[in-house]
Amino acid sequence: MRRTARETEESARRVNRRSLLMGGAMVAMFAVLGARMRYLSVEQADEFRLLAEENRINMRLIPPERGLIFDRNGKLIAGNEQNYRVTITREDAGDVEAVLARLTRLIPVTAEEMERILRDIDRNSPFVPIVVADRLPWEDFSKVAMNAPTLPGVTPEVGLSRHYPLVEDFSHVVGYVGPVSEKDLEERPNPDPVLRIPEFQIGKIGVERWMEETLRGSAGNKRIEVNHVGRVMRELERTDGTPGQDIQLTLDADVQNFVQARLGEESASCVVMDVNTGELIACASSPGFDPNLFVRGISQRDYSALMEDDHRPLANKTVQGAYPPGSTFKMVTALAALEAGLITPDTTHYCPGHIEFGDRRFHCWKRGGHGTVNLASSLAESCDVYYYEIAQQVGIDKIAEMGKRLGLGIRHDLPMSAITEGIMPNRAWKQERWGQDWRIGDTINASIGQGYVLASPLQLAVMTARIATGRAISPRILRAIGGQPVDMPQAEPLGLDPAGLRAIRDGMFEVMNTQAGTAFSSRIADETMVFAGKTGTSQVRNITAAERARGVVSNDDLPWNRRDHALYVGYAPFDNPRYAVSVVVEHGGGGSAVAAPVARDAILRVLHGDIPPLTAYPANQRGRIETDLNALRDRLRNTGPTGNSRA
Amino acid sequence: MSFLEYQLKTVPTGLRKVLYLNWPLVVLVCAVSAVGFLILYSIAGGNLSVWAEPQMKRFAAGLLIMFAIALVPIWFWRNMAGLAYGVSILLLLAVEFFGVVGMGAQRWLDIGPLRLQPSELAKVTMVMMLAAYYDWLDLKKTSHPLWVLIPVLMIVLPTFLVVIQPNLGTSLMLLMGGAAVMFAAGVSIWYFVAVGALVVGAVFAVFTTRGTPWQFLHDYQYRRIDTFLDPSADPLGAGYNIMQAKIALGSGGWGGKGFMQGTQSRLNFLPEKHTDFIFTTLGEEFGFVGAFSLLLLYGLILFFCFTSALQNKDRFSQLLIIGLAANFFFYLAVNLSMVMGMAPVVGVPLPFLSYGGSVMLVLLVAFGLIQSAHVHRPR
Repeated sequence: MRRTARETEESARRVNRRSLLMGGAMVAMFAVLGARMRYLSVEQADEFRLLAEENRINMRLIPPERGLIFDRNGKLIAGNEQNYRVTITREDAGDVEAVLARLTRLIPVTAEEMERILRDIDRNSPFVPIVVADRLPWEDFSKVAMNAPTLPGVTPEVGLSRHYPLVEDFSHVVGYVGPVSEKDLEERPNPDPVLRIPEFQIGKIGVERWMEETLRGSAGNKRIEVNHVGRVMRELERTDGTPGQDIQLTLDADVQNFVQARLGEESASCVVMDVNTGELIACASSPGFDPNLFVRGISQRDYSALMEDDHRPLANKTVQGAYPPGSTFKMVTALAALEAGLITPDTTHYCPGHIEFGDRRFHCWKRGGHGTVNLASSLAESCDVYYYEIAQQVGIDKIAEMGKRLGLGIRHDLPMSAITEGIMPNRAWKQERWGQDWRIGDTINASIGQGYVLASPLQLAVMTARIATGRAISPRILRAIGGQPVDMPQAEPLGLDPAGLRAIRDGMFEVMNTQAGTAFSSRIADETMVFAGKTGTSQVRNITAAERARGVVSNDDLPWNRRDHALYVGYAPFDNPRYAVSVVVEHGGGGSAVAAPVARDAILRVLHGDIPPLTAYPANQRGRIETDLNALRDRLRNTGPTGNSRA
Repeated sequence: MSFLEYQLKTVPTGLRKVLYLNWPLVVLVCAVSAVGFLILYSIAGGNLSVWAEPQMKRFAAGLLIMFAIALVPIWFWRNMAGLAYGVSILLLLAVEFFGVVGMGAQRWLDIGPLRLQPSELAKVTMVMMLAAYYDWLDLKKTSHPLWVLIPVLMIVLPTFLVVIQPNLGTSLMLLMGGAAVMFAAGVSIWYFVAVGALVVGAVFAVFTTRGTPWQFLHDYQYRRIDTFLDPSADPLGAGYNIMQAKIALGSGGWGGKGFMQGTQSRLNFLPEKHTDFIFTTLGEEFGFVGAFSLLLLYGLILFFCFTSALQNKDRFSQLLIIGLAANFFFYLAVNLSMVMGMAPVVGVPLPFLSYGGSVMLVLLVAFGLIQSAHVHRPR
């Protein structure tokens, strides 16, 4: 429309006024935007900077290599084995199904596993590698590696996993590692973050568990930058961890293997100990199990089989088995009496086969009695009545005190699982445990290591070593950690009267080396290795008066789990003690017949440093023993040369 | 209406027109676009060919179009207003029937190599139409209810076609752009007060009908509003965009992390980092200083637009410049409010920075018209 000049002026005036209004509003809005910008990037900058860093930076742990475990000669007990596995990465594979189909032609994959693989691939981001097969044999692994060009996205990987080359020999002492459970995390107040790495394994029992911190080392870490879906873009920083420290044990793998084989299928245990240092040379519990099964994740069937076996293969009987020590306890009673000055080595008692006390009759194992016995012959022939008599004079508290001085009823601290304290009862103990007064009958039972008294094979070996040396020897299993020898304090003298100790040792000599001795047939003929010891046979059932009248049922006629335990403790050489040995064969029958021969073979093995020569055995036994040793030789592991030495 | 009302003697002719262009405005537009190229280059991780190069090519082509439009007399464009408006409406209808569905909405037409968003074009043609209308209308009738209803219908028609696409952001921009022209033309302030009151009522209605079969908005639009109101409630879900945008802006601090050092954008934490959220990368890499400088550039562009409008005595030219400048302002104000967490996430690009062909083209067309009005102003 054509406008007059006045109208044009009016229009421009109005538009200009409104424009200025709008311009003002815009300036205001700009001020708001500027202020908001300032608020975000200046005032709140620190907070947002932190959030941005959190967005992009992740810490990844680099698991440390676990320390190795060696025997005293540097033979590998627990090592890290290369574990071959194959993974697939979706984004590199392209057609996942086709690649997997090709892969299954090379390596066996069960339908179940395939389902898991496909599910994992589905659930994870395309760049996450999924494990297709773990612990592949080398042949399968190399097949995959060779066919790599036709398998896009498939990566053959080498990891490390724990391996126990000596299989069951050290299953109880060293134990095994396994995946970290929720319980493991809860037990630790401040768990090492490395434990949260999937597939990380920690010690579950034995040395693996109790030396976990030493063996584990510390994790390294890397700071990595990730993008919005978590893909690793680059490594920003890397701190290498320290590998776990190697541990050298005092145990001798070859002796351990020999002893383990010697125990055979029995439910039994044997401890061989250096009497001067307390070092355990062998610590065998039979039957054993294959710890490698646990590392891989034991199948339910294998596990049930181990759990249901009445010989309890999972139990470490050397330290956790608590047995009535039977006659092996008699040295304690005798020493308590000697130390109290109540008897001398020449003190005699008459054994009619039993004693009457109140309305109860306490029997000697020999129905007809031993006649007149002194200290040495009471040990040699294992007369019970002698101890019934002297124990009544000494009283339980002094016996218990002597027991503890000799290492019974106290927990010996070793890096092993479920170490028992045993029981060394006294008046206070009975009051506390049962709320009852101690009775003389209890003392009589305790005097021959029955009743409430319980001891582990380890404790019995410690007791023997202390008697042999007169020093407070403590057991040890760690020889060196990370190449540094573990220091070995000189054991303090026990402060016992040397004459009394000598009398006990003489008694133990007679057990082995006199015709009347209960273990005469297990003597060592080699004069440089004279053996001294004590047998024990401990009842696990009550023999009623009626049964006694009929004639005690022989062990052979009883069911296995009702038979007596066979025990033996001893040391050699007699004049210069080097090793102590203890053997417990559960429900084995008589100590002299069952336990003492095992102990003799074990101690000869360690003294000789090899399978003992026949000349060490009494001439009349050599024929039989040769057969036995040959049979045993076939069961021994050929462990090859020593010196896998990182220790 | 004819060109006779312009005093032809004073209008430059031929190539001399080039000298009379509003050169500061040309330089500012180029400067802002250059900032855009820089950021697109950085976001692509130092790669020119991903986003920066196509954007530069479009800008170059758009710049030629801008100059071409600038050299054509403004009265020609005024006479074309009706036609342009009509074509836009037809294109909006076409997009309804033949449009490409993207992100749950029909928004663009594929015409050969060109991917056209008719809704962007409508913003410019509607302003032209309204300016022409008020140029034609007797001044005295400006606030007469009947003569107010006509431009309102002109605004409502394209807005309706865009809102059913559905594209809430652009339809709001159309409403505000239209309102700006009406406001500048001098329509009584009471109409705006009344509409304002109606909007408040409508917002109330929108929220009270939520969840009923006759709810006004799509579910995703409601969710965006929820997210806007409390972005941290669901940081990995719908609030993720806003949260990450704020983290990027905030972590830039005073001086920024440096060119190509923005972790948020480089590591892909930022959503739509090359389009609607491009400002966050600027803030992250160049900090408050960089972001504020951009704001300043935008402010200068608007300043030169307004001074050009104030110098002009021609009613069509004035209203056209104000309307297009207001549109430009709404683009950046809505986009910046959105990425800074002051407004819900609606798909509005940042002018001259966001990657995209239609928007760049339409913006340069708009600035061509502004230049034409400037060159051919009555003197």
